[in-house]
Amino acid sequence: MQCQQCDKQAVFHITELETGEVRELHLCEDHARVYLNQSEAAQEGEEKPAGGLSGPLTVGQTADELALLDKKACPMCGITFFEFRNQGRLGCPHDYVHFEKELEPLIANIHGGTQHTGRRPERPAMAGGDALPEGTDDLTRVIGLRRSMQEAISCEAYERAREDRDAVRSIEERWLTGPQTGAGPTNEGGRGDR
Amino acid sequence: MKLDTLAEDVGEWLRGTGPESDIVMSSRVRLARNVAHYPFVSRLSDQDRGDVERFLRERITASSAGSQLEYIDVGRLEEVDRQFLVERQLISREHAEAQGARGVAIDGREQVSLMINEEDHLRIQCMHSGLDLRGAWEQIRAVDDQIGRVVPYAFHPRWGYLTACPTNVGTGIRVSVMLHLPALVITRQIDKVFRSLHKISLAVRGLYGEGSQAMGDFYQISNQTTLGKTEEELIEQVGDVVPVLIDYERRAREFLVRETQQNVHDQVSRAYGILRTAQTITAEETMQLLSRVRMGVLLGLIGDVKIADINSLLVRTQPAHLQKIRGVELDTKDRNIERARYLRRHFEGGPPQN
Repeated sequence: MQCQQCDKQAVFHITELETGEVRELHLCEDHARVYLNQSEAAQEGEEKPAGGLSGPLTVGQTADELALLDKKACPMCGITFFEFRNQGRLGCPHDYVHFEKELEPLIANIHGGTQHTGRRPERPAMAGGDALPEGTDDLTRVIGLRRSMQEAISCEAYERAREDRDAVRSIEERWLTGPQTGAGPTNEGGRGDR
Repeated sequence: MKLDTLAEDVGEWLRGTGPESDIVMSSRVRLARNVAHYPFVSRLSDQDRGDVERFLRERITASSAGSQLEYIDVGRLEEVDRQFLVERQLISREHAEAQGARGVAIDGREQVSLMINEEDHLRIQCMHSGLDLRGAWEQIRAVDDQIGRVVPYAFHPRWGYLTACPTNVGTGIRVSVMLHLPALVITRQIDKVFRSLHKISLAVRGLYGEGSQAMGDFYQISNQTTLGKTEEELIEQVGDVVPVLIDYERRAREFLVRETQQNVHDQVSRAYGILRTAQTITAEETMQLLSRVRMGVLLGLIGDVKIADINSLLVRTQPAHLQKIRGVELDTKDRNIERARYLRRHFEGGPPQN
């Protein structure tokens, strides 16, 4: 992609969040530096409105820090923050944990609030004995384990692949075997076998 | 489910019953849900996509909600059948046009639909005729509970139900009402109304959801935020504004009759005339004219037409419905001819007896 200010390649992709408006900027390194310095100066000069998110998402971050942030990847699904900003869709539930700091201002801007106050899932006890905890990050770990298993298989590290598969199975057996009482469907035990 | 038999009926959103159904076509609530142990839909491999579809299909079918539902494998449907479900508002356009394993479970009354592998793993929707957000909410809450007992919904204590797009996170709820506002359009007040809705964080969309144009003076009003308020508060936010809009539309209709009776009478009569005599007609023009005739009937300017018939024509003249009823695939040109023929027959012979 080309820089919006000159013919060089755009290496910085900035999402500006202004009241009710999202603006995408694609800039080369030089123009990004100029732009970021400008917006920081502007930010210092003006009074911050209540709720204070009128400025760019990137305030206080240098171009280098931005580039680093863009490369930050979720250990479960592997999506980078850069990919998320380009597509507008997250990769997996763990992104809300891994990118929490980066997502917080964005979510505050969209919704006004940053704390869920609505319904919460009711989880019956599973056949394994426990009920799935309210927060599901433990179960979401299988996404990373499956990815790791695939990688291990592709570089013929079969020992590691087996370990990953067993780890996936043990988590899935614990949380996915269906409720204790109901005649829920049986465990998809073979999931790790591909 | 036999889609052809569905074509005989109009589905929930055009049933034309329920409170305030002269202006409020339907009330809808949808919930976005994802399972915790797979990546979100846009990041699924083909195999994982199939696994998610199977996992949800099996668990939903086995849940206590499942016995009421019929499952349709959308990935295997012909294009015309997918379009047919879109026209009935049972799946979204995005879901129809997507690739790969996906499906929808629908109840016999077409009030509940559960889309699998749309933007999120699961989108639960409940639709009631007329103004009945409360009823739709009670129903969808029960379905959500039944499925939540057997499906590990991705959830975070702070962020709530986790969704592929941060715009849906938290409650995952979208509350919407579909309104027929022809008088506000004719009196050119509609833009002003929408600007004030935007100011209180409500979104306005056309008939078929995001990015769609408002055809035939039908508009969907819905909440834009999903986090930081409870489901009930968000339902109220939309519900509170509806009586105001109904009042505006009623007053605009009264104004039209009082101040421009002849003009309005002329407009609706011409619309009626075209529908009864045209030899070829597009879906868009049909919607527009049916909208005007609908208003004319409600204002008592056209006597011999029932609102239920107009509602029925609104969906049966859509491209996929027309082809299902006719039983053959038709290109655009032939569809326009067939549509005109269908309308003429309908108005000449009276509606076919059900």
